[in-house]
Amino acid sequence: MTDVLAITDHRRGELRDISYEIITAGRELADETGGDLHLAVISGTVDEFAEKLDRDGVDAIHTVDYGEEFNHGVYSQAVTQLYDELAPQYVLAPNSVNGLDYAPAVANELDLPIVTDAVGLETDGDTLAVTREMFGGKVETTTELEGEAIVTIRSAEWPVAEGTGDAAIDAFDVEIDEGALGSTVTGFEEVGGGDVDISEADVLVSVGRGIEEEDNIPIIEELADALDATVSSSRPIVDNGWLPKNRQVGQSGKVVTPDVYIAIGISGAVQHVAGMKGSDTIVAINTDPNAPIMDIADYAIHDDLFDVVPALTETFE
Amino acid sequence: MKILVTVKEVATVEDEFEIEGTAIADQYLGADLNEWDDYAVEEAVQLQEAGLADEVVTVTIGPEDCEQTIRQALAKGADRAIRVWDDALEDVDVLDVGAKTDILEAVVEDEDPDLILTGVQSGDDSWGATGVALAEDLGFEWAAVVNHLEHDLDDGVASVRRELEGGVEELTDVELPAVLTIQTGINEPRYASLRGIRQAQRKPLDVQGLGDLGVDAAAVEGAVTLTEMYEPESESDVTVWEGGAEDTAGQLAELLREKGVAP
Repeated sequence: MTDVLAITDHRRGELRDISYEIITAGRELADETGGDLHLAVISGTVDEFAEKLDRDGVDAIHTVDYGEEFNHGVYSQAVTQLYDELAPQYVLAPNSVNGLDYAPAVANELDLPIVTDAVGLETDGDTLAVTREMFGGKVETTTELEGEAIVTIRSAEWPVAEGTGDAAIDAFDVEIDEGALGSTVTGFEEVGGGDVDISEADVLVSVGRGIEEEDNIPIIEELADALDATVSSSRPIVDNGWLPKNRQVGQSGKVVTPDVYIAIGISGAVQHVAGMKGSDTIVAINTDPNAPIMDIADYAIHDDLFDVVPALTETFE
Repeated sequence: MKILVTVKEVATVEDEFEIEGTAIADQYLGADLNEWDDYAVEEAVQLQEAGLADEVVTVTIGPEDCEQTIRQALAKGADRAIRVWDDALEDVDVLDVGAKTDILEAVVEDEDPDLILTGVQSGDDSWGATGVALAEDLGFEWAAVVNHLEHDLDDGVASVRRELEGGVEELTDVELPAVLTIQTGINEPRYASLRGIRQAQRKPLDVQGLGDLGVDAAAVEGAVTLTEMYEPESESDVTVWEGGAEDTAGQLAELLREKGVAP
């Protein structure tokens, strides 16, 4: 039991980036265990996907040709059967919305420990040390476990695997119990849209929880007006209904790449950072000098936004 | 229909803090109702108000200290609460997914709910896995990261939306009984009214030990050990502007003009 099995992720006909990142994570782990790296690609155009996934370091790719889109019942059954067949030491899955919709079920079914949202992995062959965050990124921790395990890995923590590999590609003969599939995906819908596309903006004035209440949003809008910029936000602002969904930057919102991103009262949760780290210049205004946003900001003001933002607006009026 | 909602009291951390061993020193910690669970409670109470649920019961794994948080959920409209605690849980530094699942499974077997709502994750240790593991354990259906639930539950089916990455939602039909893990934004959690707070004091809060539930104390030891905790090293080369608000705003204005993005 030294091999690593990594499960890839795709949606609406496209492999997601995490599928190439998980190859890198899986290869590193397989090098430490001295085993092989097996990939699985489940549902959709699996043969086409397998060709794309055949990158450096992949030893085998198992295709499960069943269904078109993600269904957690199919994934759970397929991964469980792959585990029984391949007997890997570690199973890696994406810490994506879909990964979290089947990996815990597989862990429970197989009676394996699960550690989620890993940002680092290390093993001496027996003990697995997983680095993960707690308290919204304020601390990092190491958790250890012995023996086999399932780990979900955070996106964008490992580089995407490059190069062309020489993997053995085989069709895995899965037996899906259709009677056990109690959920059905009936469609997809894009959310947001509407008046503004924040992903096209050159300058974003982005507001977070630090704004405290809806009545304070106008001070952000006044700044955006003065700068001829667009207003965007972190998740809690949209959850509270203070701005529409199409303004949300982040993993579950839009990915933005403006010239300048001014993060006001935004702490910088990982889900938010995922959506804006590609901005050319990042400015953070936040009273907390230890907020995670400071790790990716180019410029920072550690002060009260209610003092700084009106003063800034005034300089342009 | 009976709804069971998992409610966790999470630790909150001040901006400045110190770490002692593998924990944050007590004086920097606060406690609050887990944000995601607040939305789960609200969703359950709304189902009750819509006439679909007869009873909303909460379950919490935690010591006596967290009863104030449990009363918050009761004040928002849950009918009664169960708190599970045991001496065996006192010294466990990581209550892992498997251990939580074993405990919650025993409560579910006693309560026999039709629908279980959990938060997507907790704000402190962020496992994000307990709801789905519990569903599998019970043989229930499930859906993770639900940000919309149709309140008719027609023919024993919950029609939900799952919030995928990148502004895409998946529409899914889930057969009941089921576990749904609830994402923030699905509703607007209410503040507890004064009347609700008064009533909450009188609502039943049942305390159960592992023995009462028939859970082996060894189950809580789990498979995962916390061995290190540290503040992440900053890789930042951030330029921090100093001075009063006018000075710092002036420096930012200058940068924006240099970049040609401001008048």
